[in-house]
This record gives sequence, structure tokens and C-alpha cells, in this order.
Amino acid sequence: MKPLLIQHGHVLDPANNVDEVRDLVIAGGKIADGPAPKDADVLDAKGKYVVPGLIDMHVHLREPGRADKESIASGTLCAAHGGFTSIVCMPNTSPVADNAGTIAFIKQRADTVGSVNVFPAGAITKELKGEELAPTGSLKRAGVVAITDDGNCVQNNDLMRRAVEYAKMFNLPVLDHCQDYNLAADGVMNEGYWSVALGLRGWPAMAEDIIVARNILVAEVADWWVHCQHLSSARSVALVREAKKRGVKITAEACPHHFTLTEESCKTYDANFKMNPPLRTERDRAALLEGLADGTIDCIASDHAPHCNYEKEVEFDVAPFGIIGLETELALSLALVHKKVLTLRQLIEKFTVNPARLLRLDKGTLSAGADADVIVIDLGREWTYDVTQSASKSRNSPFHGWQLKGKAVATIVGGKIVWKEE
Amino acid sequence: MKKTKFIWQRKDLLGIEELSADEVVHILDTAAAFKQVGERNIKKVPSLRGKTLINLFIEPSTRTRTSFELAAKRLSADVVNITATASSLVKGETLKDTALNLQALHADIIVIRHGAAGAPHFLAKRVKASIVNAGDGSHEHPTQALLDAFTIREKKGRIEGLNVTILGDILYSRVARSNIWLLTKLGAKVTLAGPSTLVPHVFEQFGCRVTHDIEEAIRDADVINLLRIQHERQRKTMFPSIGEYTAMFGLNKERFARTKPDALIMHPGPINRGVEIDSDVADCGRSVILEQVTNGLAVRMAVLYLCAGGQPA
Repeated sequence: MKPLLIQHGHVLDPANNVDEVRDLVIAGGKIADGPAPKDADVLDAKGKYVVPGLIDMHVHLREPGRADKESIASGTLCAAHGGFTSIVCMPNTSPVADNAGTIAFIKQRADTVGSVNVFPAGAITKELKGEELAPTGSLKRAGVVAITDDGNCVQNNDLMRRAVEYAKMFNLPVLDHCQDYNLAADGVMNEGYWSVALGLRGWPAMAEDIIVARNILVAEVADWWVHCQHLSSARSVALVREAKKRGVKITAEACPHHFTLTEESCKTYDANFKMNPPLRTERDRAALLEGLADGTIDCIASDHAPHCNYEKEVEFDVAPFGIIGLETELALSLALVHKKVLTLRQLIEKFTVNPARLLRLDKGTLSAGADADVIVIDLGREWTYDVTQSASKSRNSPFHGWQLKGKAVATIVGGKIVWKEE
Repeated sequence: MKKTKFIWQRKDLLGIEELSADEVVHILDTAAAFKQVGERNIKKVPSLRGKTLINLFIEPSTRTRTSFELAAKRLSADVVNITATASSLVKGETLKDTALNLQALHADIIVIRHGAAGAPHFLAKRVKASIVNAGDGSHEHPTQALLDAFTIREKKGRIEGLNVTILGDILYSRVARSNIWLLTKLGAKVTLAGPSTLVPHVFEQFGCRVTHDIEEAIRDADVINLLRIQHERQRKTMFPSIGEYTAMFGLNKERFARTKPDALIMHPGPINRGVEIDSDVADCGRSVILEQVTNGLAVRMAVLYLCAGGQPA
């Protein structure tokens, strides 16, 4: 691999407090110190930002088991297009990633066909059933960076407590999809004016809030890190904010669709607006933005959830939850920078150092000697998202046809340009 | 009665929500003309001759399906019924594929009843045929609200200014929603009453009054519309028992005696005698339950006629 000189770009590296126009040199797959070697390839980044490769800690790659929806190859290419150099894949595959063999398979596939780094998350419980602990220690040895029953939520509070206490022994954070099953029941959209108007069953915000509160108590008792995935409600944000003030080991993420859209979008009955947790009210959306701005919400993640057209193009009640998001995530998040909700540095932190810190990944910085995971962002680029051209195998995006501003134009993983806009 | 003068533009009838008050009145006026057809010796007119109507019922229904079928036959349309058990839907075909198949058969009108809210809207986006919503989940049942309004107007001479109380399971009821949209558009004062779990205050945002006091709900009502408790749509946690419902909210003889002497008693059917309505009350002179059924035919004839492109003579 030839050395690479990224020239004239505005380097923004929050971990090292770098925020200036300078060149960046990559050699041997690492960020290099000193001048570029004579034989280096040159990538011109004039007028663009050069930042650490982004990390998305919430992605469904569907392989093994549902490679018709997405594969490790297509999902990681999608990530590369979106500016992500590292992704954490969720364990709700078939078979479930609740054993070392499945983790080994995912890692081996990712090494062979993946465009970006793949860090698997293992299951908290066997087959995600919420009944018995999966072998957390073996999963750790096989290479998981966290455990989660994502898509499912452990309902048994004692089991959740033990899972967190046990994971602490292995230095693994526990990621939780916060949903009380009795309260959410068969809800398909936010409970409120719109669910009543549309005659769709409601999934109340309270079903999330009560589990966020549970997780705060568990994190406090276990004195260990619990991460609340895809916060969607104002009350959840307030609970996490208050807990953080007390020093509880709790973190949280938000998804672009939750801070961009509201429940009203469901009024056409288009199942591309059906996600779990559901889109909520304008008040909830505003609370997420506030939580992102004041640091209550540590990370932004996509919850990239591919589904086939024939699965999504059905009655709203029947459709599976979820949307693809890796390709639109950065632009939808940059909208917060354009609207001055966040500074660019704050945003890049939520995509780099913050997830790296909570997952204990040696990623997310441009320090000399670090893995050369770097992306180039054109902040002002205006473009239209055309889902028919997506690298994903699926097409379930509510953002098809949206005018967006800001885009990754080159993605470098371990010193290699894995994707570059033509 | 004021006649509205405008051209009907809609291909589909998906719900009451999107209709203007003028459109509602136009349907009611058209239905009044068709009602006379049903009273003749020869009950058939040629309005839809050569048109194919498909009754696509993906949820059990006898009365609504029969009413649509008769309405279509009286308009001389060719009618085919497809019900959930008879169709290939049980074999795993998607609604989209069913719709495309019906399109390939050159259906002109598809009347759809479906357990999922929004199913008629889903069809309307994908096929050329007119789509008439015959009830979608807990969302809307527009022809029921139209026939209720037709009956009220016929009996009371107006809708504007009347106190209409809808009593029962509002949360899961498509009949309630369509009635709320229609009655508020036409200027009635709507009161919703029933158990607090089934009549949440969010309905106040739809321009209704919400109360859990049945005595107060029925006292000043000009019209009392009773809804069935829909076990099949409810979660078990919603209220204690049918017996408790009857005790707290059933329209028994004592409560009936305290209603206004000219208050109409309505029910979309099927009624559960002794549950939400006392048997004698159901049969009393102020009960218009069977007239609702008769008017349903006229209203459905009007809707089919208008959606298939008919214009008032």
C-alpha cells in the first residue's frame, strides 16, 4: 500500500484539539508523523474537512441469515459511502450472535469482503429470548465489543441487573433497546393525536421511559456502563440528563430519523416511516436536539435496518419496523450543524471519540500511529438522496428524494481508500 | 333542504376526514334520491351497468358486505365477493399482489374491508379502480357515518346544532372516528362517553367533549349512538368485564327514561341485547336501528354511483 498525502484539507480531530488547515500523511496504514514520503499518492482536500473515520455503533448487517436484506459486503459498502469506517453490528441475526462461532463467522466475513471495520456486538441472552444469559466471556474472547439484545429488550429486571454486573467483569458495555413489552404491546406508531386519528395502535413514550429509568437504576447498582440505544422521547432524555449529573454510568444515542421526523409522517401509511421506537412528537424531537447539544446524548447512530421491498410494501400494521440509514446519516446530522444546533466539532465527537470511548475502541482519532481511518467531508455539497442507487440491498428509506447538504467524498480505512466519489 | 351544486371529483371514498362539508351533504342528497329507488316495485336502475365491483373483505363482515352487494346490484353492476378465507391472502399473497390481480381483472370499483388501518389508502395508490373504504381497522368506516348522518337528518331535519352522544368503545372504533369527523364538519355538538380507558381525553383535540359520566352524557342528547364493545380489538387490560360495562354504561330502561323524550337511539349493529343496550330499548319507537340499515343501502348506492363517475341528473 502506497503512502497517502491528504493535502490542503481542514483537519478536525477533536481528540487532539486539532482544527486547522494542514496536510495529513498516512503510511503503513497508520497516521504518520512528519513529511510525506516522495512516492505518496496525493488526495486533494482543498475546501473540505478531513476528520477521523466515523463510527456507527448501531447497524444491522443481517448476515448470517438474511443476506437477501443485506450482507456484510453490501452493508459495509453502504457504510463506506456514508463516511463510516467502523460499525458495530447487532446480534439479531440467524443464528443469533449469542455464541463464539457466529462472532467468528462475522469477523471472518468482514475481513474477507468488508469495506470497513466491523465490530460485532454479542447477545445478552441466549437466542435474544431474555431468559438465560448468553456466554458473555466466550463472546468477549471471540471479539465482541458490547452485548445487547437489540430489537428485543430484556424484560426481567433481575436478569438485566445480573447481565450488567457480569459484563462488568469483561469490561463490556451493555447496550439496551429500551422497550417495556406490556406498555408498548402491539403498538406500531407513537401513541398520541396521530395514532388516534390514523386508527393505528399506539406505542407510548412511557414504554421507553420506564426502561431507561430501569437501566439507570441497574447501572447505578452495578456501577457499570449501560448505553440506552436510540432515545426517542423527551422524558428519556431528561432521565439520562439527571442520571449523568449524579455520575451514573449511563450513555445514550439518538438516530437521525428521530431528530429529523415526527409522528405526523405516518399519515400516508407508508411503512418506511414505521420504526421502533417510533417517530414521536415535535416536543420529543426538540428534546433530542437539546440532549444532543448539551451532551446528554453521547452518540449518533443509524439503527440501519434493511428490509426487502416486499416486506415493507404492505399494510402499516404488518410491515417490519426499521429503515436503512448509513448513507443519509451524516447529511441529516450535518443539518444540525447548518442550523447551529451543534458545532461541527461536537457532531464529529458524537461520531468518533464518544463511541470509541464507550466501546473501548482504539479508533476515532488522527493521532500519530493510530489506524488510518479517515474521511473527507464536503460540508457545502448539495445532493439528492436516490435510494434506488443505494449500496444497500434494501430500499427502505423515508429520505428518498430528499435534498441534503454535506457529504463524505472519500473514505479511507486502514490507509486504503475504500470509497471515493467520482 | 338546501341543494349543493358542484361536480363530484373523487374517484375514491377513503374516509370522512378528507371530505368537505359540501361533499358530505352532496352524498346525503344523492342518497335521498336513491332511497326512493329502494321503495319502488322494480328496485334496479342501470347507472353502473357494465361495471365490475369487487367486494374485497379481508375481515369478517356480513351486514356491510351484504349492503354493498345489494347496493351495487341495484345499480346493475356485476358483483364478485372475495373474503379472507376464500381468497389467496391466507396463502401468503401480499395485499399489493391481490390488488394488482384485481386490476388485471379490470375491476372498476373495489370495496375493501380490512383489519389494518390504511389498507384502502394502500390500494388507492396502486390501482386505477375506485376504492371505497368499508372499514379499515380502527381508522374509518365512512359509509357508516354517512348513513348515520342520513338517518339523523331524515329524522331531525338537520344536523347542525344537535347534541350527539356517542357511547361505548371509542378508542378502537372506526365508526366513532368517521362519525366524529362528519358530525363536527356539519356543526353538531359531539359528546363521547364511556370508560376512561376507552374514551381518552386525546379525543378533545378532535373537537369533541369527553365525559365518563353516562347520566350527564345522555341527559341533553338529541341523538345517542351506541357502540359495541369490540373484544377482538382490545387489550385485556382495558376494563374489568362486560358485566361491569353494562352496569356502568349500558343504556338500560332507567337511563333511557332520563333521556330527552325525542332523543333518537342509534346503533351500527350488530347489537348485543342486554349488554350496551337493553332489549326493549332496542325495539322501542325511538330506536332507528333498522332504519339505519335501510338507509345504508341508499347511502352506499350514492357513494358507488358518485365514485364510479356518476353525476346528478
